[in-house]
Amino acid sequence: MSSANGNLLEVNDLRTYFDTEDGVVKAVDGISFRLKRGETLGIVGESGSGKSVTNLSIIRLIPDPPGRIVGGEVVFNGQDILLLSGKEVRKIRGRRIAMIFQDPMTSLNPFLKISRQLMEMTQLHLGHTKAQAYQHAIKMLETVGIPDARTRVDNYPHEFSGGMRQRVMIAMALSCEPELLIADEPTTALDVTIQAQILELIKKLKQETGTSVILITHDLGVVAGMTDHVIVMYAGKIFEQAKTSELFAQTGNPYTKGLLRSVPDPTAEQGQLYQIPGSPPDVAHLQPGCPFAPRCERAEEICRREFPPFVKLTADHHSLCHFANEVFATSAGVTSN
Amino acid sequence: MLRFIIKRLLVTIPTILVVITLTWGLIRLAPGNFYSSEKKLPAAIEKNIREKYGLDKPWYQQYGRTMWNILRHLDFGTSLKYQGQSVNTIIRRSLPVSASVGILAYLLALVIGIPAGSLAALKQNSKWDYSSMAITMLGISVPNFVLGPILVLVFALSLYWLPPSRWDGVLSRNIILPVITLSAVYMAYIARLTRAGMLEVLRSDYIRTARAKGLSEANVVIHHALRGGLMPVVSYTGPALAFLLTGTVVIEKIFALPGLGNYFIQASLNRDEPLIIGIVAFIAITLLLMNLLVDIAYAFLDPRVRYQ
Amino acid sequence: MDEKPLRTPDDHQRVEPALNLQGEPAGFTQTNRDPEAIALGPEIAVAEADVRSAEHGEYVRGSSLWRDAWRRLLKNKLAVFGLVVVIAITLSSVFGPLIIKATTGITPDYIPSNDVKRIKSFPPFTGVSGEFSWAHPMGTDNAGRDLLARVLQGGQISLFVGIISTLVSLIIGVSYGAIAGYLGGRVDNLLMRLVDVLYSLPYVILVIVLLSMFRSQTPRGQLALLFVALGSVSWLTMARIVRGQVLSLKNQEFVLAARATGVSTSRIIFRHLVPNTLGPVIVYATLTIPQVMLTEAFLSFLGFGVQAPLASWGSLASDGVQNIAIFPWQLIFPGVTMALTLFSLNFLGDGLRDALDPQMRTD
Repeated sequence: MSSANGNLLEVNDLRTYFDTEDGVVKAVDGISFRLKRGETLGIVGESGSGKSVTNLSIIRLIPDPPGRIVGGEVVFNGQDILLLSGKEVRKIRGRRIAMIFQDPMTSLNPFLKISRQLMEMTQLHLGHTKAQAYQHAIKMLETVGIPDARTRVDNYPHEFSGGMRQRVMIAMALSCEPELLIADEPTTALDVTIQAQILELIKKLKQETGTSVILITHDLGVVAGMTDHVIVMYAGKIFEQAKTSELFAQTGNPYTKGLLRSVPDPTAEQGQLYQIPGSPPDVAHLQPGCPFAPRCERAEEICRREFPPFVKLTADHHSLCHFANEVFATSAGVTSN
Repeated sequence: MLRFIIKRLLVTIPTILVVITLTWGLIRLAPGNFYSSEKKLPAAIEKNIREKYGLDKPWYQQYGRTMWNILRHLDFGTSLKYQGQSVNTIIRRSLPVSASVGILAYLLALVIGIPAGSLAALKQNSKWDYSSMAITMLGISVPNFVLGPILVLVFALSLYWLPPSRWDGVLSRNIILPVITLSAVYMAYIARLTRAGMLEVLRSDYIRTARAKGLSEANVVIHHALRGGLMPVVSYTGPALAFLLTGTVVIEKIFALPGLGNYFIQASLNRDEPLIIGIVAFIAITLLLMNLLVDIAYAFLDPRVRYQ
Repeated sequence: MDEKPLRTPDDHQRVEPALNLQGEPAGFTQTNRDPEAIALGPEIAVAEADVRSAEHGEYVRGSSLWRDAWRRLLKNKLAVFGLVVVIAITLSSVFGPLIIKATTGITPDYIPSNDVKRIKSFPPFTGVSGEFSWAHPMGTDNAGRDLLARVLQGGQISLFVGIISTLVSLIIGVSYGAIAGYLGGRVDNLLMRLVDVLYSLPYVILVIVLLSMFRSQTPRGQLALLFVALGSVSWLTMARIVRGQVLSLKNQEFVLAARATGVSTSRIIFRHLVPNTLGPVIVYATLTIPQVMLTEAFLSFLGFGVQAPLASWGSLASDGVQNIAIFPWQLIFPGVTMALTLFSLNFLGDGLRDALDPQMRTD
């Protein structure tokens, strides 16, 4: 079942705020995007940009207090998740939308066997018996490439290495064949070589099962290899949204441009590594105007005064900038510098 | 695991011997002796007493004999004050009194403390949380020798609901006030520990994962959070038992219970050496064994520790 | 694809707290006994100033850290309440008896010599013939002594014993823990094993034996004995905490800098590392004082602690329990005062703990 225009997920103007000692932190402040069936969407941003909060908001895992979802819609298969009762949301979690988290070390319950943690999902959502669930758990472990799954299924999390634990997380997430998998920085805590393996695994599984994926990361390299569409977030807002191939070919936003330039190019000559100057803003105390203005090369007076418009550059490419068109036009082939 | 236990037992035995020696040494080093509190005895009688109790022999012989008896037959001798009663008999008689009060008190503390603390953690910063934390703070701050008599005053002497003291066996109503008094401070500690442990666990990533899997909140709390959250309580059982022992001493004095603690105090006041040594050794052994059990339980409960 | 479940390069990226709940460096699996031990990150205690100071060989405290903590402490109403009450009780204990003596001539030992045969114990605010009187706000005890004065004097002794004993345990514990932590290796192992063994001993029982055997002739001697006895009960956890802190700190830059400039080992331990453990030490000391006071109180209650004519709250309570049925105020006033003091100290200690490490706060 999908909504009228074939979107599996539609997020409209999502706002999630946190009440802290320092004031109200607008972690997510008006996010909108679409995800079609079978697509992979990448969400890119520095820490504090609101990317994780966005995804936690989708399945309503925001701790309340101090967080609260103050507005917007999250329409999944035609239903607005934000309007559902707690019980109904729980039916969706794990069953139709599954999530894997950044740190596999701490995301698995150290006191329970892996088998138990896998089985409880299918027992709950698919009504498996213990025996069925057990067999299914072994099958899932084999699917994600855990060697010797039959014996290892009875192990505890600390008996696996980091990469293997992440595979277990993936196995757990996909046990009930969800329609959407949200992967929150699944490889950040892992070693580089393992990263590639995990990403390959996700790609493979996605192709086999047709699951849609939202991939959150701060690593543009990951985005390039894995996603169909990308949104770039900064200070709780979407700064650029485009088809992946187009974003890398021709970006329309100074922030994205800066991000692309920061990716070290091993083939370039020896020189200084580029870093966007300054640091991410304090989201509790945002200045008026464009949040990126203090760090932006292109910034002018208007950027500090007025909030930028969300400019449509092509059919499927938008940018939040006063000078979007200009940046777009001058940025063909920007990746090497 | 087995190696761990054996290693611990190997450390335990010398420790107990050291404790016994230390106690023996303290008693011997101290000025005076057990019969000197009474009026000055004529020299002849004193000589007789010393002979009878072997006090005229050199100290190392006496020490040797004492230790030999203990190690060989677990014979701690005869009480100097309670004529004709062997130390072992006295201990055997008084132990059930202390043990039942102590065990019941700790069980009560667990039964009330754990749910109270868990609830406080779940409803953090609510009225329940604040009020239960305030009450537990009171529980920790009011000494048991203040609480006990006040409870007696209110419930026994004013309201006539419960009997004030005496011991009529485990199942009589006499046990209620002593158990409650003794239990109060542990109830408070356990509630606080549970709350802290649960809060810590509830914030952890794996609880977030559990919720993301769609499990109900009850399921998350009971099957996922509780195991980790109760770890501090398990660790606490070790020192708690030590405190429980000393607490029992006070309780027995207030409520006039014929337990081990009471005998210990009397023995100390009377300089009843065999009895003192016997009780101290017994307590030391019990504590060390209990601590070992707690460690085993801890390893049992936490799989990460198991595979060392 | 053969991944062993050992520490792989994957693992180094995870973020672990420097100390776990028991005040030991993470990865330490020994089951520690005291869950109330504080875990503070060493990052708090090491400020920039410390790095600079190591180069100059002197200790300069990073001031903003403490001011921040003080600010946070003041925001915590319960802790402030605790602080105020503690100060109030301390001041009244110290100056109260003097004031009472100056204004009414009553001392804690004063026994009225009239009416030998009458019941001497008056309830609060009651005079000789049952009329309302300000003479004895807390009543009197069996010998006719004013209870208020006795409670205040008892406070003097109880607080004094509590603080000095805590200091004793502090000195022993900090030195022990710092040395063990810094020297590390086998020495550390041995020292901590000893602590583990001592931890599982029935300390207080042995203390009772000690106190009953060595009853001092003078009340002052008895006090000294108590200091040693009580101090030796509580240094263990302090040693553990300090050791944990030192273990984490000793690999920090400022220590390496000090070593590189040739500062001697003992100087490093006591001038550089120890001051950085001040945070947890202060917190734990504040929490130890009520524990020690409680121990002293029940020792006195059992008759092994403070001896007459000196009185502590514990011994006053012991006297009062005898007559609980007829003269309940004899127990209630010392008892409630003591409970109030302990209550406040505990709140203060908790507040300090929260103030010095807000990350450990459970709200």
